[in-house]
Amino acid sequence: MKFFVALLLTALLGYAAPLYLPWWSFAVTSLIVALVVHQKPWKAFVSGFLGLFFLWAVYAFILDNANDHILSQKVAQILPLGGSYILLILISALIGALVSGFAALTGSYARKK
Amino acid sequence: MRIVPFILSAAVTTGLVIVLNMQLPAGDGNTPRLGYFLSPQKGFWQNAEATNEPFNGDLKLNGLQGNAEVYFDERLVPHVFAENENDAFFIQGYLHARFRLWQMEFQTQAAAGRLSEIFGAGKDSNFLHIDKFFRRLGMVYAAENSLKEAEADPRTKAVCDAYTAGVNAYINSLDEAHYPFEFKLLDYKPEPWTNMKTALFLKYMSFDLAGYEEDFERTNAKSVFTKEQFEKLFPYGMDSLKPIIPDITALENKGLGFPMPANADSVYFNYKDSVDVAEKPIKPNKSDGSNNWAVSGSKTASGRPILCNDPHLALNLPSLWYEMQISTPGFNAYGATFPGSPGVIIGFNDNCAFGFTNAERDVRDYYAIKFKDSTMQQYWFDHDWKNASFRDEVIKIRGAADDTEHIAMTVFGPVMYDKNYPDKLNSGKAYACRWKAHDASNELLTFIKLDYAKNFNDYTNAIATYQCPGQNMIFASKAGDIAIKPQGQFPAKWRRQGDFVMPGDDSSYMWQGMVPDSENIIMHNPQRGFVSSANQYPYDTKTYPYYLGGSTFELFRSYTINRNLDSMKNITADDMQRLQTSNYNILAEMAKPVFMKYLRQNELSGNAKKYLDIFTGWDLENNADENGPTVFTLWWDSLKTTMYGDEFAQTKLPLPDIDESTVIESLLKDSDYEFADDINTPQRETLYDVITSSFEKIVPVLQKNEKENNLAWGKFKDSDIRHLLKIPALCRLHVDAGGGDHIINAYEKHTGPSWRMIVELTDETNAYGIYPGGQSGNPGSKYYDSFINDYLAGKYYKLRIMKKDDMQKQTSLLGKITFTKS
Repeated sequence: MKFFVALLLTALLGYAAPLYLPWWSFAVTSLIVALVVHQKPWKAFVSGFLGLFFLWAVYAFILDNANDHILSQKVAQILPLGGSYILLILISALIGALVSGFAALTGSYARKK
Repeated sequence: MRIVPFILSAAVTTGLVIVLNMQLPAGDGNTPRLGYFLSPQKGFWQNAEATNEPFNGDLKLNGLQGNAEVYFDERLVPHVFAENENDAFFIQGYLHARFRLWQMEFQTQAAAGRLSEIFGAGKDSNFLHIDKFFRRLGMVYAAENSLKEAEADPRTKAVCDAYTAGVNAYINSLDEAHYPFEFKLLDYKPEPWTNMKTALFLKYMSFDLAGYEEDFERTNAKSVFTKEQFEKLFPYGMDSLKPIIPDITALENKGLGFPMPANADSVYFNYKDSVDVAEKPIKPNKSDGSNNWAVSGSKTASGRPILCNDPHLALNLPSLWYEMQISTPGFNAYGATFPGSPGVIIGFNDNCAFGFTNAERDVRDYYAIKFKDSTMQQYWFDHDWKNASFRDEVIKIRGAADDTEHIAMTVFGPVMYDKNYPDKLNSGKAYACRWKAHDASNELLTFIKLDYAKNFNDYTNAIATYQCPGQNMIFASKAGDIAIKPQGQFPAKWRRQGDFVMPGDDSSYMWQGMVPDSENIIMHNPQRGFVSSANQYPYDTKTYPYYLGGSTFELFRSYTINRNLDSMKNITADDMQRLQTSNYNILAEMAKPVFMKYLRQNELSGNAKKYLDIFTGWDLENNADENGPTVFTLWWDSLKTTMYGDEFAQTKLPLPDIDESTVIESLLKDSDYEFADDINTPQRETLYDVITSSFEKIVPVLQKNEKENNLAWGKFKDSDIRHLLKIPALCRLHVDAGGGDHIINAYEKHTGPSWRMIVELTDETNAYGIYPGGQSGNPGSKYYDSFINDYLAGKYYKLRIMKKDDMQKQTSLLGKITFTKS
């Protein structure tokens, strides 16, 4: 239960904070979530990781789908990812998720006795 | 708290954020800040515009004086209905920024020599090199001069101020999530727009259109060729020329008669001198050109004039052009606009239509400067030491210290090349640049006045003050008038003045004055029923009293256009579409009999005969699916290399190109052409030898292309429409297009007709147009390149100059924005 609450809060706050703050501000909210909803370090990492992963993957997927992959196919050639929009969505989500996961891990260790 | 794991994971988190929030080196450049760039909330995903995105809005903005409405039609062309002129230009600025902001910034930063601010110095200092070139050419100096002139005119200033306020209203509404895609990719921010940026943009067009010269190359050619040879290779005038203004009997004066300096033969026409240019300078494309023509009602089915124009420029994404209608109580204009400048540039209003081709005159010359010492404080001029002034141009470089160009200013203009710009010239020699674009002038006023023009008098009044880049300005009205005038301020030159680098110590080599505007001759309602231009000489070179120097005058397109217009009757807009997209190769028509006369067919191999059959069976159309144009083009280029390669190999320094018109006219009249001889062999080669051997040389090339399935002209030419950054993913590469150099459809590899427009001046205007791009500059929009396929298919869109009431009834609108003053 705690796991899902943490995951959901991570995603929710990870969306809200960057509306007003820089892109990386979700790292702070993910850390706070891990502080408040205390879990074992590995569980905190996974919920922090997945919360942001789903947020970014779903958000990117929605934007990309409405766009008929016009831009993602171009960016996936520039980066270069062989033009694969799916790979681009996954890599975007992975990057956000890694930051969030480690932030949550930090939060978890901060409270652990 | 577990200290060690806590510190470790905190360090990893911080490290990740830091690394993902900085640009990392990759290849020749840097990555974007990956965390920012890939963030769906802030990064490029935000530029992925929904394909069903509505373009609606209700904007209350400072700077507006009344209410206005903008309707976007089904091609995303905005139709602006404003209550006053201020609001119309404000909204034009806002829309340009809304759809083309990055391009506007990038083009003006390139013109101002500021690319290093965005990219850093670049690989091998490429960007710094380009920046230095534009700074030393005096682009900023030129824009400052023209801005002063433009802002001194209250009407122009009001238009520019409104436009700038509109651009900035949009920029101020942006946050980092909504910056255009390229800002995110290159990681920088838009900066406020200014009237100076508009001036810089217009100067960039001057560079593109009045910046081509071959002074150093021609000076070098003097060291290789005798005077007679030089005149044969780089003649003044053309045998087959059909000038823009064929009849100059209206000219009352016989010229201002500025004399050639007395010492010109020894000091200037010394065909032994050589200037050591280490590297070719940056040049605009020599093939930039355009077609325009207008036929009177006597030649049309409707009995009304039809005006056509297609400017040939680099085909880029985002396009140079943005299509729109601007309607105010004062004027109602439709056409192609320049993102970066107010006004409709090539278009029409309720009364008339207007367009341009480039005048091609040489208005940029160089003078050799002798400085007293390395401080460049004084230079020798008219038997005395004269003080130079200085201009410091500071180039900011991303990630490095500033670079300052300390430029000496002379009576001629900026010293472009000197010991401090050593990658261009060997040390010890300095050259000042005299460029017409340096002079203060207000070109924008002409475009604004044309938008308002109601009749022939308004047209002549609008263009009278226009200076640079010189243009052949064409006009047609619903009253039935057609007219054309080569307009601009052109130096009154003596023969060959400015073709070579000139002495800078003698005032008699300076430009002594400008051709009076009364001697730029207008052609109005001629008997033949049409006016036209396609970058040819404006007048007969034998009788016009001024030297019409230039190295880019074109013969073939104007020849084809005039031949067609001479014979056409009952013309419709459809006929004009066919003519404007014609792929007929007139050079091949002229060359074919010459080729077949001199080719020794009995010496050809079986393979060669196969390709010869393709050539002889070809209908002379440069269509994308034909093989004939590939054979001809390769043969022609091979012939030029075979004929002139040996002479050109006498110098390692750059030489001017030889015009196709010079080559074909020489072949047609001179069966004993001296350049057919290979100077490296004891025997004397003839045209029989070079035409046969040049054909044999291309056979392996043709075989290779055939094997790779690239023999068809469209495949062989391999045209494209490139993004300004030349990033392949943002370009349209390998488009299958016909046309080519010297053909009415002048689509070469990277350049071509950038806006095709046909306007029939019937009571209800019947207009068509298209450009190879799309209304949105956003690579993430479906309107980024939405016109390209239709363009390639030779299609046109109906250009509808609408009334507001009709717009409101439209059901296919993509959106509507209302603008209200706040």
